[in-house]
Amino acid sequence: MYEFNYHRPTSLDEARKILGDNDEAKLLAGGMTLLPTMKMRLASPSDLVDLSNIEGLADIIDSGDAIEVGAMVCHAEVAASDVVRAAIPALSDLANSIGDAQVRNRGTIGGSVANSDPAADYPAAVLGLNAVVKTDRREISADDYFKALFETALEPGEIVISVRFARPKRAAYSKFPNPASRYAIVGVMVAETTEGIRVAVTGAAGCAYRATAMEDALSKDFSAGALEGIAVDAADLLSDLHASAEYRAHLVGVMARRAVRQLIA
Amino acid sequence: MSINVSFTLNGEAVSAHVASRTLLVEMIREHLGRTGTHVGCDTSQCGACVIHVNGRSVKSCTMLAAQADGAEIVTIEGVAKNGQLHPMQEAFREHHGLQCGFCTPGMIMSALDLVKQNPDPSEKEIREWLEGNLCRCTGYHNIVRAIKAGADSMRVG
Ligand SMILES: Cc1cc2nc3c(=O)[nH]c(=O)nc-3n(C[C@H](O)[C@H](O)[C@H](O)COP(=O)(O)OP(=O)(O)OC[C@H]3O[C@@H](n4cnc5c(N)ncnc54)[C@H](O)[C@@H]3O)c2cc1C
Ligand code: FES
Ligand code: FES
Repeated sequence: MYEFNYHRPTSLDEARKILGDNDEAKLLAGGMTLLPTMKMRLASPSDLVDLSNIEGLADIIDSGDAIEVGAMVCHAEVAASDVVRAAIPALSDLANSIGDAQVRNRGTIGGSVANSDPAADYPAAVLGLNAVVKTDRREISADDYFKALFETALEPGEIVISVRFARPKRAAYSKFPNPASRYAIVGVMVAETTEGIRVAVTGAAGCAYRATAMEDALSKDFSAGALEGIAVDAADLLSDLHASAEYRAHLVGVMARRAVRQLIA
Repeated sequence: MSINVSFTLNGEAVSAHVASRTLLVEMIREHLGRTGTHVGCDTSQCGACVIHVNGRSVKSCTMLAAQADGAEIVTIEGVAKNGQLHPMQEAFREHHGLQCGFCTPGMIMSALDLVKQNPDPSEKEIREWLEGNLCRCTGYHNIVRAIKAGADSMRVG
């Protein structure tokens, strides 16, 4: 790891000022992605701006028809939260399926959503549940947020403040984990929201995306059978030592059907 | 950039002047001389470096010393009391939960966090919890037995 200047600001204004003064500065949340990346020298920020001392970023707020999870809430807290469990059990289960206990004790939802690793779990929840990513400058709807591999709608220096999830009528997440890291080889969130059925896929492509053909089929007939025969094109999917694009395409169908079965059971 | 980092280590106030890129495990081992916490992989995979920061188990190879400033830290050295092994340590000894012992400090610190949240974990829950702790020797069976037994004797107190 190369040397850097370390900052632990106590306000967003202070954090913004440090980011503004240093082009090569980076935010630090749980560090479970950024620190390993820096160790490998794939990132070498001039400055790290640790968000852990800024008040108001680590709360889970229940506003009745939605819950708002602060950017600095760690995965273990989401998994253990009664508020989350009552509103969106699929989100508790998803958080509890991330990595291992120690990763869940440090890694945050803000870091995960900002990083947008193609194999991360939260992107499937953000997109599948039609969440809103709230930053220090604006609110970004899930459909506008994920752009490409490790690329989101966030501008340089933009800080994620929270993620707001409207309460779905029902939702389930099913993932085929990498047996070593637990990252999603493929993960699918199926949700019935007030605006209709949503099916979001993570792990398979460069970033999370909606399987619209599946959404249409499930809107007409909400059953696992309705998804039989919907072809998933492997052409745009990832291929690596863990799984070929064809295998991932196959898994998208399997995980989607498993999620639907969980909801019908 | 060099910074001053202070925290409580096993009940004792400690501090060191370190480079900002210093990892927490490096500060504990190299600056403070407590070598019970091990580094197996340095890539967040193996759990040999697990310690407690503010009561939660974390991988100290994936935290900066700077991030621990002001924290309450417990390492394997802080677990035994008055020369008496902690019941979890005793259970590892009794059930042969270790062979070379390299993974053991991390296993025990991880197990203690599990038992704090779940005083009577099932075998399945123990195995799932150990996702982030690798052992190259034992094959895990005796580790799982030891944690079960350690949890049992902690409940009895
Ligand atoms: C062994 C291991 C296994 C894992 N398994 C899984 C898994 O199964 N599923 C999964 O989804 N993830 C997994 N992860 C990743 C983990 O969930 C990370 O914690 C998460 O992706 C990043 O969160 P963080 O808080 O650690 O962010 P950091 O590492 O601190 O930051 C990540 C990036 O986001 C930026 N950032 C952080 N916070 C903000 C913010 N508020 N606003 C704007 N930008 C911000 C940082 O600048 C950095 O670029 C695993 C990690 C490890 C080490
Ligand atoms: S040394 Fe920290 S996880 Fe292996
Ligand atoms: S006892 Fe040797 S690594 Fe676990």
